[in-house]
Amino acid sequence: MARIDLVDLAHSYGGNDAAPESFALKPVTMTWRQGGAYALLGPSGCGKTTLLNLISGIVTPSRGKILFDGADITPLSTQKRNIAQVFQFPVIYDTMTVGQNLAFPLKNRGVSKKEIDRRVAEIAHLLDLTPDLNRKATRLTADAKQKISLGRGLVRADVAAVLFDEPLTVIDPELKWQLRSKLKALHRELDLTMIYVTHDQTEALTFADTVVVMHDGRVVQSGTPAELFEKPAHTFVGYFIGSPGMNIVPAEVRGREARIDGHTIALTRSYDRLPAGGRIEIGVRPEFVDVEAPAPGLLTARIERIDDLGRVRFAHVRIGDAKFAARVPPGFSTGGNSAGLRFDPAHVHVYADSRLVEGTA
Amino acid sequence: MDKTVNQKAWFLVLPVFAVVAFSAILPLMTVVNYSMQDTFGNNQFFWNGVGWFKELLDPSTDLGGRFLASLGRNLFFSAVILLIQVPLGIVVALSMPRQGWTVAACLVILALPLLIPWNVVGTIWQIFGRPDIGLMGYVLNSIGINYNYVSNEFDAWATVIVMDVWHWTSLVALLCYAGLKSIPDAYYQAAQIDGASRWAVFTAIQLPKMHRVLLIAVLLRFMDSFMIYTEPFVVTGGGPGNSTTFISIELVKIALGQFDLGKAAALSLVYNLIILIVCWVFYTIMTNAGTERPRKKGGA
Repeated sequence: MARIDLVDLAHSYGGNDAAPESFALKPVTMTWRQGGAYALLGPSGCGKTTLLNLISGIVTPSRGKILFDGADITPLSTQKRNIAQVFQFPVIYDTMTVGQNLAFPLKNRGVSKKEIDRRVAEIAHLLDLTPDLNRKATRLTADAKQKISLGRGLVRADVAAVLFDEPLTVIDPELKWQLRSKLKALHRELDLTMIYVTHDQTEALTFADTVVVMHDGRVVQSGTPAELFEKPAHTFVGYFIGSPGMNIVPAEVRGREARIDGHTIALTRSYDRLPAGGRIEIGVRPEFVDVEAPAPGLLTARIERIDDLGRVRFAHVRIGDAKFAARVPPGFSTGGNSAGLRFDPAHVHVYADSRLVEGTA
Repeated sequence: MDKTVNQKAWFLVLPVFAVVAFSAILPLMTVVNYSMQDTFGNNQFFWNGVGWFKELLDPSTDLGGRFLASLGRNLFFSAVILLIQVPLGIVVALSMPRQGWTVAACLVILALPLLIPWNVVGTIWQIFGRPDIGLMGYVLNSIGINYNYVSNEFDAWATVIVMDVWHWTSLVALLCYAGLKSIPDAYYQAAQIDGASRWAVFTAIQLPKMHRVLLIAVLLRFMDSFMIYTEPFVVTGGGPGNSTTFISIELVKIALGQFDLGKAAALSLVYNLIILIVCWVFYTIMTNAGTERPRKKGGA
């Protein structure tokens, strides 16, 4: 149980002398609260597993420090860090039974037999492994093996944090849901800090209170799922989260107005001090743009196709050359292939060089 | 299940049958044939039934006495060889580097003894151990150890065993190294996370994962050491006395020295059978080693 602080932490597999741009993890400073459920979200190769391995001590950082409750543990080995980690593929000790597998982390730390039995029984119960406790672990299915791996991560009561490295990759979709809700329940029950690495936004958004989005070795935003959805701090967060992703289109922004393709859109805040020479874009989620019949005052777009997602329909349109997605309100039917777009000004954000610019009221 | 009947396919298998028949079955049948007969030379043969086999198992006869004594030596030799080479091979494999140029260097050095022909190995050690001109023999004697493999039984045995360890431990080490290399990093990382000691990593991960290659190593080393002929023949010639006369040496003496084809044939059949049985026993024990334990646990 601990608060984890990362201070200017960075890592390069090529050593400390490597070019700053080649670092797998660029310098990051952040805090993980005790008891939080975090998700590290990002595409493959964005450095999320590196960050996880740095926290658990499997990888030693090129730069920076890791603090557990204020104490610098950077030089400590994995064994001494009091961290549990579950890997992408199930790791099972072949010669042991399921029960012995679950007991292994406790046995290695000299926990008393009575306490081991109690914890193993508790975790086995939580993961529905009780009937298999005396079975050989190698005989089980991949799902069950991964449950054992999860169990070994959760069996220690005193860990500073439990780290999950895409633990549900090998699990069937049906069971994935069950296990994920189980993890969520375990998190509430055990009051553990959990950090969950994934490239699946649904997994991240349903599991975590705080989602940390990584891109190209950098932490681009950390916030609640709602924050990530409503106010992405980086255009990458905008289109990586959400389906379809956020519309990002080049625009001229002056004061309280943005001009796209010769058409003016009102903004709720004023943007007077945008960096000169920067690439200015506006970003708006498809959910906050409605398709209507073309009318004066609305931005005109060409409809390419309409996707019906069941609960909601999205129109894929073009404004000039730029692709754009917008919500199709119930009852709307196209009377041709051109349409007007109505923006919700409160949800139109301005980005300079891919980063969110806060306007002034 | 409408299978096309096409007996022509047998012609494709026929060459294999022919080759196996000529290379294995026919020669073996000749041996079976000889083992039931006695000869006094001149290509004259007399029916002896299972007489030779009875004699083989009866220690009071000359044949039986020599066979059982050399069988004992062989079993003792193989046991010592396995007890030394398997643990030593594992230790060597564990202490080998995992990456970098040293890997290639280690592999080449380890592979060198394996490339040397048996009789050359024998000659090397025969000279190496000589008290007058051999480096090892001379050094041992000059530091006060009375070492002479020609006259002392213990020295002869020690020389033959050390020679075999030198020659074949590499094989076990290379097999184990291959087994170790195939263990994914995640296992070691998980073990670190689980706080496993070096010993626990060895017993919980490395040894179980080496299980299959160890089975091969034990089988190969048993068969080879049980059939050993050339090296002790070159170094000690089976002496002093009969102390290092193994079954193969005895067999050659009977077959080519005394030209007792019947006795030799019976002996080789029994020899062959022992190797088959022991290998089968090893194989069964080692492949079932993983599966039997939980049943006992579950029952208890």
